[in-house]
Amino acid sequence: MTETFDRQWTGYLRSDGRKGVRNLVLVIYTVQCAAFVAHAIAAGEDDVQVIGFPGCYDNQYAIRLVLSLARHPNVGAVLSVGLGCEYTQPARIAEAVEKSGRPAASFFIQDAGGTRSSTEKGKAIVADLRDRIRIETPRVAMGFRDLTLGAECGGSDGTSGLVGNPVVGRLFDRVVDAGGSAICEEIVEMIGLRDVILARAADDRARGELETAYAKAEHYCRDVRQYSISPGNFAGGLTTIEEKSMGAFAKSGSRPIQGVIKVGEQPPWPGMWVMDSVPDEHFMQFGYTNPNDTEGIMDLISGGSQIVLFITGRGSVIGSPVAPLVKVTGNSRTYSRMIEDMDFDAGRVLAGEMTLDEGADELGAMVADIAEGMPSKPEALGHREYFVMYKHQDTPDLDRGCRNVA
Amino acid sequence: MTTAFRIHAADNVATLLGDAEDRVEVRGEGGGALALLEPIALGHKVALADIEAGAPVVKFSITIGTASRSIRAGEWVHLHNIASSFDERSGGFDVVTGVAKDVRYD
Repeated sequence: MTETFDRQWTGYLRSDGRKGVRNLVLVIYTVQCAAFVAHAIAAGEDDVQVIGFPGCYDNQYAIRLVLSLARHPNVGAVLSVGLGCEYTQPARIAEAVEKSGRPAASFFIQDAGGTRSSTEKGKAIVADLRDRIRIETPRVAMGFRDLTLGAECGGSDGTSGLVGNPVVGRLFDRVVDAGGSAICEEIVEMIGLRDVILARAADDRARGELETAYAKAEHYCRDVRQYSISPGNFAGGLTTIEEKSMGAFAKSGSRPIQGVIKVGEQPPWPGMWVMDSVPDEHFMQFGYTNPNDTEGIMDLISGGSQIVLFITGRGSVIGSPVAPLVKVTGNSRTYSRMIEDMDFDAGRVLAGEMTLDEGADELGAMVADIAEGMPSKPEALGHREYFVMYKHQDTPDLDRGCRNVA
Repeated sequence: MTTAFRIHAADNVATLLGDAEDRVEVRGEGGGALALLEPIALGHKVALADIEAGAPVVKFSITIGTASRSIRAGEWVHLHNIASSFDERSGGFDVVTGVAKDVRYD
């Protein structure tokens, strides 16, 4: 049982001390007008992925999110491409990335020419960046203590709370015990669980953070009259947000919660963390908290998750850029029907074929394989969905704690 | 026989692990066969005891809502007979598809 969580593999060392499980070149466009060229640059290129910011207007939250992905441990280099008119500045992104010790470049399409010439220019740059990081990035041994895992659920049904999320919760307990970190987002899927959540707080400070975040989420849901429960959840047997919340919260496992981080903020020290993605008070009517699963996955990656587990009872066909997505279902019917997209069948626990602990062990081995380089199914299928939301969150204190001293 | 899983001893509902027509075997906390008053699908809930209107519906040992009308043991427990303490909108949704009926498309 313990052997799985003692496994070591070779990762990529970044100058901030964090370790990546991939070594990617990220192409970032700074306005929707540059999206076509950004995708054309990345098309057919190994280890080159795209994210982008849709609006012409800048937004501090979105810039923070984009920068946290640009300086993610799985990213080795960045090319930022703009059209030329927009508020968000590609050169400023490249500059921030270079300060993190990664090679970066940027250009405006209007300066480079049109679609074809910009694509050619971009392809030459990413080829050069990729060569550099393949040669220059130090390889280093890593294990579960160096991992931050995220967990998101989507398309939940009655099996998600019974086994899909609990298996991930057991995995998170093991990762935390091994000295690693785990992040759950979806604070709006904790509605109805105030006492349950507060009882998990590591200390008074964490309890205070959880209490504030919970109260904000409940206020937000009442204000917008939108709870994080959908027609598919109802059809799958979930009746109320309270019921869905209890199932969703099971993916946080049982270890003490260290506190609350915001989008773009990495856990300041290892352990189990909750991420708050709800817009802050003053601007609550601006932006949504979880408009879709992809947004939540992006948030978890912004917290430094090198791998994200996605638990879906009803099934889903999304993936993610930057960090591989691993699909777990507690519904064996969904697993067989969507086997081309599903990585792990936790429904075997319901069938009595394995225990939750055996499930967590097997899932841990799969996570280690993926960390070692094996593509997850969404990754192999080429899924790289991304979503950068406009919203307002108060600026978090990004220097809290000192993770790398430990 | 299809299993209905009761997660906690305090629960008055159990979750079906497969589709069932007329009876289920309750496992987990408590046990025994239970006659269903109607067919219930995988992932959905069955009442393990009579639940009076206004009484809490309990799963995972927490209140997941209150009975919006009286529910008999063996009955399907869903949008049509329980209400969330938070989300007042979902009670009016289609009980089979879960689709919202309060937004206009024309």
